[in-house]
Amino acid sequence: MAEAAAIVAHQFDDPEQQRDSVSLGMWLFLIQEIMFFGGLFLGYTVYRYKFPEAFRIGSNQLDLLLGGVNTVVLIVSSLTMALAVHAAQLGKKKAIVWWLIATIVLGSVFLGIKGVEYGHKFDHHLFPGPHFVFEGPHARQVQLFFSFYFVMTGMHALHMVIGIGILAVLVWMAAIGRFHSAYYAPVEMTGLYWHFVDIVWIFLFPLLYLLGLDR
Amino acid sequence: MASESITEQALPKQHYLNADYGIWSWLLTTDHKRIALLYLMTVTVFFLLGGAFAVMVRLELLTPAGDLVQAETYNKMFTMHGVMMIFFFLIPAIPAVLGNFLIPIMVGARDLAFPRINLLSWYVFIVGGLFAFGAMLAGGVDTGWTFYTPYSSTYANTYVIATALGAFFTGFSSILTGLNFIVTIHKMRAPGLTWFRLPLFVWAHYATSVIQILGTPVIAITIILLAVERLFRIGIFDPALGGDPILFQHLFWFYSHPAVYIMILPSMGVISELITCFARKKIFGYHFIAFSSVAIALLGFLVWGHHMFVSGQSVFAGMIFSVLSMLVAIPSAVKVFNWTATLYKGSISYQAPMLYAMGFIGLFTIGGLTGLFLATLATDVHLHDTYFVVAHFHYIMVGGTIMGYLGGLHFWWPKISGRLYPDTWARFSALVIFVGFNLTFFPQFVLGYLGMPRRYHAYPEEFQVLNVMSSAGASILGIGYLIPLVYLMWSLRYGTPAGPNPWGAKGLEWQTTSPPPTFNFDETPEVTEEAYEYQKDYEKRYGKEQGVG
Amino acid sequence: MALILQSRGPQLPLFPQQASTFAEQVDYLYFFLLAVSVVLSVGIFSTVFYFALRYRRRSEDEIPKPIPESKALEAVWSAAPLAITMVMFVWGTALFFRMKTPPPNSIQINVVAKQWMWKIQHPTGRREINELHVPLGQPVKLRMISEDVIHSFYIPAFRVKQDVLPGPYYSSLWFEASKTGEYHLFCTEYCGTKHSGMIGRVVVMEPAAFEQWLAGVPVGETMEEAGERLFVQHNCNTCHNPGSGARGPLLDGLFGTQVALTGGGAAVMDESYIRESILMPAAKVVAGYRPVMPTFQGQINEEGILQLIAYVKSLRQRPAETARPGSQK
Repeated sequence: MAEAAAIVAHQFDDPEQQRDSVSLGMWLFLIQEIMFFGGLFLGYTVYRYKFPEAFRIGSNQLDLLLGGVNTVVLIVSSLTMALAVHAAQLGKKKAIVWWLIATIVLGSVFLGIKGVEYGHKFDHHLFPGPHFVFEGPHARQVQLFFSFYFVMTGMHALHMVIGIGILAVLVWMAAIGRFHSAYYAPVEMTGLYWHFVDIVWIFLFPLLYLLGLDR
Repeated sequence: MASESITEQALPKQHYLNADYGIWSWLLTTDHKRIALLYLMTVTVFFLLGGAFAVMVRLELLTPAGDLVQAETYNKMFTMHGVMMIFFFLIPAIPAVLGNFLIPIMVGARDLAFPRINLLSWYVFIVGGLFAFGAMLAGGVDTGWTFYTPYSSTYANTYVIATALGAFFTGFSSILTGLNFIVTIHKMRAPGLTWFRLPLFVWAHYATSVIQILGTPVIAITIILLAVERLFRIGIFDPALGGDPILFQHLFWFYSHPAVYIMILPSMGVISELITCFARKKIFGYHFIAFSSVAIALLGFLVWGHHMFVSGQSVFAGMIFSVLSMLVAIPSAVKVFNWTATLYKGSISYQAPMLYAMGFIGLFTIGGLTGLFLATLATDVHLHDTYFVVAHFHYIMVGGTIMGYLGGLHFWWPKISGRLYPDTWARFSALVIFVGFNLTFFPQFVLGYLGMPRRYHAYPEEFQVLNVMSSAGASILGIGYLIPLVYLMWSLRYGTPAGPNPWGAKGLEWQTTSPPPTFNFDETPEVTEEAYEYQKDYEKRYGKEQGVG
Repeated sequence: MALILQSRGPQLPLFPQQASTFAEQVDYLYFFLLAVSVVLSVGIFSTVFYFALRYRRRSEDEIPKPIPESKALEAVWSAAPLAITMVMFVWGTALFFRMKTPPPNSIQINVVAKQWMWKIQHPTGRREINELHVPLGQPVKLRMISEDVIHSFYIPAFRVKQDVLPGPYYSSLWFEASKTGEYHLFCTEYCGTKHSGMIGRVVVMEPAAFEQWLAGVPVGETMEEAGERLFVQHNCNTCHNPGSGARGPLLDGLFGTQVALTGGGAAVMDESYIRESILMPAAKVVAGYRPVMPTFQGQINEEGILQLIAYVKSLRQRPAETARPGSQK
């Protein structure tokens, strides 16, 4: 196959149409993701308004340091992702592979730290359900806070796991030389997805972790 | 190639149905036409299941006492009827069957933008179906399709999560379909096919797809929160644990109201195609119908609170939702008037698709007008949660959506299968369905104003006569639905080959063979005329007259 | 019109009775909506039918004459439905406001819903199950709450309905009965297995007969007396008393007023606040007091709470009492 030719799927007429279509498709997918997380944010906002004190207390239980480190890790991973896209545009095979691997590593670090945080919460009986124990005031609403915490960060983590899976596939594709300046849409689209997942965290972090900061 | 003579046609030698044989050529197909048929078989199964539950409900309601089945069984029957019909039939049917088959052809493309995602959407639908089917076999669910908390979160001891997950997965399927359509319509139109030359069927599906993308994720997250609440016993929606049951209702209806527009807009798109073809006339008010579809899609997101006028919502909020609900009725009225005006001075023939279309106009008008009773605050207080509501939405969903679905299925059946069906039987079924439908549901308006509540297993004696009328009608309606199954299947083997354009219709789909080749066209078509140019040759034929044009 | 339809008798009723002051008003609006619907439906049906016949295809290859589009026509048939629906909206909203505004002289009856029965208590203390006796010509307000799931209280003959929510959400509706007789009471929000069994009757009586009925069964205590009994029985008075150094605020005259809370903010002492204080006392503590009130969850049921609310409402400011910390009017 010609090294500079793009692979155009049979339903498309030319590479431009393919690229435009794939791009629009990914944006539409991200829009529906916004609506998905939006429902969660709405629920969180309603209950935060109803139980401000309990949510402040709940937020105080979270580990600000780990959360902060994770935020930095994720932002850097967005950088490495952008660099991977850039390398793909230039068709630099080795660079693509290494930047993608860096993104995977950083994403995994994020998940690892999240796992540690979750572990702490389990140990302190802060996982919602029959084994939830909280010694302070407003225990029931604090449990509600943690329900939202786990669902929101859990959904986010699930999206990251899926993202890492896709990145792994991209690493393989890059390694066998599939991407070059005329064809790098999969990397670009995955980049969009990864940045979106990053942005969701940028909203999650202040809402969940920074609430309890005393003025 | 197919013969051009009017009296005898032959099937094309190569087409999408005989391009490949074997189960895997179907289960791993990426051809949008084959995927449409996969969906056709699946939604038909769910239609029959949902219909079976309806039969049980109407049988029980023949007598005032709850003497056919136990109360809990009855509650499962109406719940499963609603769940299967709404999530597994009405929402997917027209888009996933007719939309999938036709949209690429109507825009002059070889396939949808993402054929593999199209196939994925069908598998995701199957997963959802298996969840719901499994829940049904394991014992069913009895919360009502609306899953109100805290009953569904804390009190119900039936298979709530499994069923809700079924809806979750079909929702995801719905999102993928909508995404595919939007990209295809935006990016893959043939040369010369501008937006305002598109068939109104395409406009309708575009509007529907916007709703699918924006609305479905909200029900998805609501279902997840409900499942989490049920599994871990936390108070998201259960007030005994500090939650807010009205929040559930807001989140639920934020999707489920736009969902009804997902169910009706594609059907309206079908009607536009049928009316213009069988009146042999350019549709009246093309732009107005196209923009109405978009207006309905957008306004439809602003009215969800009209399901909650007596739920504890504030009076002020009720006012806002009431006036917006009035507004969303206007574009629908505009469409009805434009379709009627299309008939004026037309050249009308009465094949089955046209009978379905005319039936749609009448029944949708009644359904839409009765919606105004519910949008009006003071009358809704009396009518909410009564059989009036049941009658209203069945007029729209059955008298509207299903009539459109059947009309479309009959209209495009020759294109899909290459064969004609016996039109006499088709017209007969259309009439049976029309009569049976009205007999079933009109008495329910009366029952509703009398005060008979929904979801009642047993009822006071004075409501019996109307209930018996309704059940009698349901038996006729059921027969009406079964007859097409027979003759459509029969036609697959024995029907006369249809030829490319048995109806003499405009539209790109009629310019290719019946059935079409795998990639739809031998060459990408180029579009040079406006939509529905049935009367283009009027001057040539009849000469210039005063007052023409 | 309503009478004509009702006179079909019990075998095939086509129209419900009108037994409240609202019923007639709602029915007028309904008939307007019905008239519009009939006119439009018949109009569309007959037009379609007429066109289908008049313009049927005469020959196989005929082409109908093109007709010009008309923006004017589109405007007319957009504006006309808009105008009609706005009439519906204004009329319906005005009536709805009246339905949501009980007059000040309403008598209040409490309703507690539970799977699958209605428990009703009159202010004098008389209780009923699945039955509601009310006097003719007297505004009645129902204060309602559920012990479990969402129910809905519906009297078709009165044209009134309101969802009944589980605590802490109270809901209410009001009506004025205008015709003596017995009428259906239905639960109309699906609530589980015996949803269709959660029905009863509303009995409207002449005022004198109603008074007799109320007094008929010796009850022993009114709602307020029951509340006072509970207040003592559960030792509420050991903290909520006028003594100096009392551990809880004195409740006299506080109902309906705004109180300052510890930690800032304020709350109105209404039914919901009282209910919350009984079940979750640490949620909102009056300023100046420590959070030492125990919870009575599981010890006092919804009816008991309603009785305590009635008692607290009845307490008047005791004379020669200076302002206590934590209360402000």
